[in-house]
Amino acid sequence: MANLEELQNLVVQVRRDILRMVHKVNSGHPGGSLGCTEFFVTLYNEIMELKDGFDMDGKNEDLFFLSNGHISPVFYSVLARRGYFDIEELNTFRLVNSRLQGHPTTHEGLPGVRIASGSLGQGMSVAIGAALAKKLNGDNKLVYSLHGDGELQEGQNWEAIMYAAGNKVDNYIATIDLNGQQIDGSTDDVLPLGNVAEKFRVFGWDVLEIENGNDLKQVLAGLNEAKSRTGKGKPVCIIMTTMMGNGVDFMMHTHAWHGKAPNDEQLATALAQNPETLGDY
Amino acid sequence: MTKYTDQGKQDTRSGYGAGMTELGRTNPNVVALCADLVGSLKIQTFIDENPERFFQIGIAEANMMGIAAGLTIGGKIPFTGTFANFSTGRVYDQIRQSIAYSDKNVKICASHAGVTLGEDGATHQILEDIGLMKMLPGMTVINPCDFNQTKAATLAIAEHHGPVYLRFGRPKVANFTPVDQKFEIGKALVLSEGTDVTIVATGHLVWESLLAAEALENQGISVEVIDIHTIKPLDEEAIIKSAKKTGCVVSAEEHNFLGGLGESVSRTLAMHHPTPQEFIATQDTFGESGTPEQLMEKYGLNNKAIEAAVLKVMKRK
Repeated sequence: MANLEELQNLVVQVRRDILRMVHKVNSGHPGGSLGCTEFFVTLYNEIMELKDGFDMDGKNEDLFFLSNGHISPVFYSVLARRGYFDIEELNTFRLVNSRLQGHPTTHEGLPGVRIASGSLGQGMSVAIGAALAKKLNGDNKLVYSLHGDGELQEGQNWEAIMYAAGNKVDNYIATIDLNGQQIDGSTDDVLPLGNVAEKFRVFGWDVLEIENGNDLKQVLAGLNEAKSRTGKGKPVCIIMTTMMGNGVDFMMHTHAWHGKAPNDEQLATALAQNPETLGDY
Repeated sequence: MTKYTDQGKQDTRSGYGAGMTELGRTNPNVVALCADLVGSLKIQTFIDENPERFFQIGIAEANMMGIAAGLTIGGKIPFTGTFANFSTGRVYDQIRQSIAYSDKNVKICASHAGVTLGEDGATHQILEDIGLMKMLPGMTVINPCDFNQTKAATLAIAEHHGPVYLRFGRPKVANFTPVDQKFEIGKALVLSEGTDVTIVATGHLVWESLLAAEALENQGISVEVIDIHTIKPLDEEAIIKSAKKTGCVVSAEEHNFLGGLGESVSRTLAMHHPTPQEFIATQDTFGESGTPEQLMEKYGLNNKAIEAAVLKVMKRK
């Protein structure tokens, strides 16, 4: 049974990490990162079965793939605070010679990252491949992935969605971050996605929804429910509605903070709304 | 030197299929993927013998490249199979990000390269793939010359850790290299020694080069023929050594002269030993329908064209 208070403290601390990381280099993507903070914190600390340390093959442990790589700040912060690398390394985000590239990569050898992502729409195929390898290896652990909703505009996703259902890749849980925003505006304005849950269903997936992906209890319950539905002949999809910029009032209800860093004053305001809990890096 | 003779015409794609059959029996980590072209890639035996290690992806090449990248996580060695056009240009960004930049041990195996797939025409031909793939950091690019060498290359790349592009073709061409010839990635093979001119060739134009060399020997011209099966990493030492000896070079490939083997040879020579060079390659054009022989004639890719290029380059010494 999770201690929700501890998880909430971690959520607030991760928000601070995200804000400070993007502020320092005046670049990066705080909006989607903040929207998915509860998801990452829950996944890495309550849901996934992980070995100590890191090796690329990840046999006999759960795996996670981030497809929408631009929300690297939340990924890096949660990896560091889960012990994959020292939290002080968050200081190097987006700097030259850093392992914390603007978008995640294996190329610099950062523990916890198993695929490069950033060019959108590729992560689901990779996650499916890793899930197939687990089946071949007789490894009964699971594969998780996260995707932006705007990212579903990339056609490769639909190749992957069709494949996973057609081939009963049932050791796999894909989560869609339904925040309704993308760089140029709302997804409805840029290219309407229609009913995403229904689309996954008609492709043959087992679909469940998390109505508020910024509510830790709902995220925890949803991920546990998804886990219980694996191994039943269908890939599992979670449609998770989130608020971009969650936890910082002026970053919410807008797409403006998708890829923009706060200035000094805005940072101070944002941090005041999220007081330090576990200690800044 | 060994005198090479045609042991009977065979398609290089069947060399790939034979290599996969052997890998299926010897290397349990090898898995095969295909995008609805099993018959064309000649991998039915692998599938029959290892059904659990074969993934039919359907007509979805982008997804195939991503799934291949994912399969490496867990220690598999994926071999993807489709036509060269659909193995490269169609899925360039998937290869770039999910395979090359991500350092994944994927073998991208591509049939029907060049114009000699013939009648299907330019939509299915590709003359830009070597250039596309050699530009990717960390990518090994191999274009074997015949059935035996394609089989040997297929076996060799399974032992090499890192992404590889293996290029072969549809038509039946001379099978002339010894069945037991060692395949060493990145190591050029001098097939005939000579002193007047060097021909550096790749793919089935190696055989055309040997035919040209024989005709030229009859005219009293001593020709060195080098088989460059690995375009990247290029065996620069072998090329420089030969150019120093002969003083002129002809490169021969079934590929655009922009971005192909010829340009890699030119760069090498420009840096280390500037040498006159002629290019047997297509001249920045798309292909078209026709028989392989007709297309090789029309696009200047056969032994006659190589012979003429040798006579031309020797005058530039």
